[in-house]
Amino acid sequence: MRYLPLSDSDRADMLARVGVSSVDEIFSDIPEKARIDGLVDLPRRQGEMAVERDLGRMAARNIPASSVPFFVGAGAYKHHVPATVDHLIQRSEFLTSYTPYQPEITQGTLQYLFEFQTQVAELTGMDVANASMYDGSTGTAEAVLMAHRVTRRNKAVLSGGLHPQYRAVVEGLSGLAGDAVESLPADPTGTEDILSRIDDETSCVVVQSPSFYGELIDLKPIADKAHQHGALLIAVFTEVVSLGLVESPGAQGADIVVGEGQSIGNPLTFGGPYVGLFATKQKYIRQMPGRLCGETVDAEGKRGFVLTLSTREQHIRRDKATSNICTNSGLCCLAFTIHMTLLGGTGLSRLARINHANAVKLKKLLAAVPGVEVLNRAYFNEFTLRLPKPAHDVVEALVAKGILGGVPVSRLEPGIAGLENLLVVASTEVNTDEDRAAFAAALKEVLA
Amino acid sequence: MSMNTQGRPTSPGEAGEGAHKTFTGNKGLAMEEALLFEIGRTDITGVDLDEPDEFEPELGSLARKDPVELAALSEPEAMRHYVRLSTKNYAIDSGLYPLGSCTMKHNPRLNEKAARLPGFGDIHPLQPLSTVPGAVDLISELGHWLMVLTGMSAVAMSPKAGAHGELCGMMAIKAAHIAAGRDPKIVLVPESAHGTNPATAALLGYQVVAVDAREDGTVDPGEVQARIAEHAGNVAAIMLTNPNTCGIFERDIIEIAAAVHEADAYFYCDGANFNAIVGKAKPGDLGVDAMHINLHKTFSTPHGGGGPGAGPVVLSDRLAPFAPLPFIRAGKDGPVLVETEAGTEGGEKPFGRMTAFHGQMGMFVRALAYMKSHGSDGLKQASEDAVLNANYVRVGLEDLMSLPFGSRWCMHEVLFDDTFLKDTGVSTLDFAKAMIDEGYHPMTMYFPLVVHGAMLIEPTESESRASLDLFVATLRDLVMSAKRGETERFSGAPYLAPRRRLDETRAARKPILKWERPAPQSVQPEAAE
Repeated sequence: MRYLPLSDSDRADMLARVGVSSVDEIFSDIPEKARIDGLVDLPRRQGEMAVERDLGRMAARNIPASSVPFFVGAGAYKHHVPATVDHLIQRSEFLTSYTPYQPEITQGTLQYLFEFQTQVAELTGMDVANASMYDGSTGTAEAVLMAHRVTRRNKAVLSGGLHPQYRAVVEGLSGLAGDAVESLPADPTGTEDILSRIDDETSCVVVQSPSFYGELIDLKPIADKAHQHGALLIAVFTEVVSLGLVESPGAQGADIVVGEGQSIGNPLTFGGPYVGLFATKQKYIRQMPGRLCGETVDAEGKRGFVLTLSTREQHIRRDKATSNICTNSGLCCLAFTIHMTLLGGTGLSRLARINHANAVKLKKLLAAVPGVEVLNRAYFNEFTLRLPKPAHDVVEALVAKGILGGVPVSRLEPGIAGLENLLVVASTEVNTDEDRAAFAAALKEVLA
Repeated sequence: MSMNTQGRPTSPGEAGEGAHKTFTGNKGLAMEEALLFEIGRTDITGVDLDEPDEFEPELGSLARKDPVELAALSEPEAMRHYVRLSTKNYAIDSGLYPLGSCTMKHNPRLNEKAARLPGFGDIHPLQPLSTVPGAVDLISELGHWLMVLTGMSAVAMSPKAGAHGELCGMMAIKAAHIAAGRDPKIVLVPESAHGTNPATAALLGYQVVAVDAREDGTVDPGEVQARIAEHAGNVAAIMLTNPNTCGIFERDIIEIAAAVHEADAYFYCDGANFNAIVGKAKPGDLGVDAMHINLHKTFSTPHGGGGPGAGPVVLSDRLAPFAPLPFIRAGKDGPVLVETEAGTEGGEKPFGRMTAFHGQMGMFVRALAYMKSHGSDGLKQASEDAVLNANYVRVGLEDLMSLPFGSRWCMHEVLFDDTFLKDTGVSTLDFAKAMIDEGYHPMTMYFPLVVHGAMLIEPTESESRASLDLFVATLRDLVMSAKRGETERFSGAPYLAPRRRLDETRAARKPILKWERPAPQSVQPEAAE
């Protein structure tokens, strides 16, 4: 086996040195009835070529985003990632290193985490960011738990514009943890009355902007109302590129900002691994979940970085920890921070303008298709269409025409009246004018 | 100055900082590297993008007013910045990485290549399922391998890492209790457990009750029965790691499981150490109800400097109905991905959802490539080699270092305590830091908590005999050095790493968690004379 350096003669010599006649002797603590006699019922070893062929066949049955006009978003976005990013994250020293618990020999990881935290804090308009969560959805559930610790209350109010799967993650954890959740009904137009749901028992209000339906939400009045009642505003985003063009959640009064960072540096990969961004105000740092990297000096006075405030974490505090998170999204942070470093603020803003311009163009084209209504007033690179028939059928008909044309809301919110005909559509920098024209033409045919 | 056999100086003061000052602070190939914010500029970008044609924005009142103040690097500068940073990291690819419980084994590059096939890397989680049948097949096939290897009847694929898998398993357990009209409040956790176990139980509102270990480091079924009796009717589950964090297989596990089941409670097994027994034993035959599998440990997806991981959870018959969304059901035309409550059929009672989308697909591809490469025979051989390597290290060191539970076989990792350092003035931490100067990443230190000054060594199956011999010889040299009273080699170590010991107290007392732009200088700098 190519991955195993020991030869049979090594094994024989080593067994003799250990003082056993066969390796099975060492496994003799395992109760006899649980031991496997022979081999489990799975295929035998394969050479590299055979494995590659096998997996290649499976991969070939899927339609990659780059191969067709592609307008699917709803929480994960197709963006162009510079070739430099994927090369650098495959450097052995980054890829095959562990969590930087020995800072003297992991300054590489620690310094990029410090730079990552700085970038995320600036983008979100917050004081501090952590070294990542698994993704946006799990980060949102953690943000709710954090708000409960800060406010010593346990009721979360979730906007109807929150990604339905994010909502499900929060509801699932809160439900089993014994916390209360008030979820507002789906809000495709961004016109829900969330202010009236905030009272003195509310721990936090969770609002996504741009919403699942693409609508930009003014967070300021919600922040004000929340603060009047001693509650926190948790601002969520799934499209981090929007922060290049839209007022930051921090500037709008958010107390915790959490979002999905996939759009910068990370491929779609069918939903994971992604990278959760998590930022908050200075006064709440000791209630934050996840790892934090901080600056310090070494014994010679040189600047260096370490994981810090770890008394919040499970490996020190065990059942008193702020979260159970251990492994996070280290390498996805690296991809994020490299891409962000190449962009800089100037590049990010330009990228965001291109995205917005493309979405505006697409909206005009699609709005002109007979029977199509656009629900959004203010949006970034994604918006929602009301179609004259079920969106699921339309999307399948578009597939037949070689176009991946968005996400039917009913896929995530099945069986809800009024949502069946809604289609969420995104346009990023990867779409060309030809792609958009093809989409509009195909949609017209499908709806005719 | 003392010299080693190659005539190189070994005394730290001479070889360290003082040896040869440079103007740049660099030392040959060892480069200092500033923060990107100190070398970058906010008015450039390293990505060529054309401004869009004039258009009327539709952002409503929410357009950003201030520019994003983030520095950029051009492509060559960025390449150099990150390559230089990378050289400050230890990695599996550069040396033996004996972190106990973390399983730092070789990461095959075939797996990286497979994960980057456009049919896996460039597909969207919400594009129509009719356009991704190969992706659903892959998840289904990986799930099949995991169920066969563990002897369990269901698997929840979506958890994002080990701790997330623990949470998933414990949520399934809680949902099952609630469905049975009960809600017991206690979870039993041995003191040797990973910190994630009690943290997970606490997240769900459980009260954690510790179970003491016996003399030999394992859990006594009598002790478990006593705790259950003490909290009669109120025990929800036990969380047990097997092989445990002392590197020992819990030989009474079947009895423990029976006692737990007798009390209407569930057995959660922390599968962090499953790599020791893959192909040798099935957790399903041991009475396990739920167990997460760290694909980034046992099945070699790269640790990436702290993630991403993947933590699928295998479930017993009793817990299978509660598996979270999404899950895969075998259909007559192939596997079906069930994403919502509305898609469930009779008997399926998902407790909710762990994450958006379907889990760590990128890790699934890598893990399946690893499993297919090994096959049933190779996976078994890998477990045997991992265990053999750990025992080879043990017999190479047990006369000089101290085994807390006496000379006995270990599984894939060997645990020492600090008794052998008694009266040397050298601590476990010092000893570990001295390993860095010798070119090794230290072992796991001060964990598990059940022994004093723990040193947990997991060499994995990826090490050759020659590599193990040198590692053992190095540790022997360090022990002899400590016993000879050469404390300077330890107390200030590391001397030769990119940084000396870092001041963690200072970092925590007044945390600096991001770079701050220096305040503009209000006074003109003095003119040079």
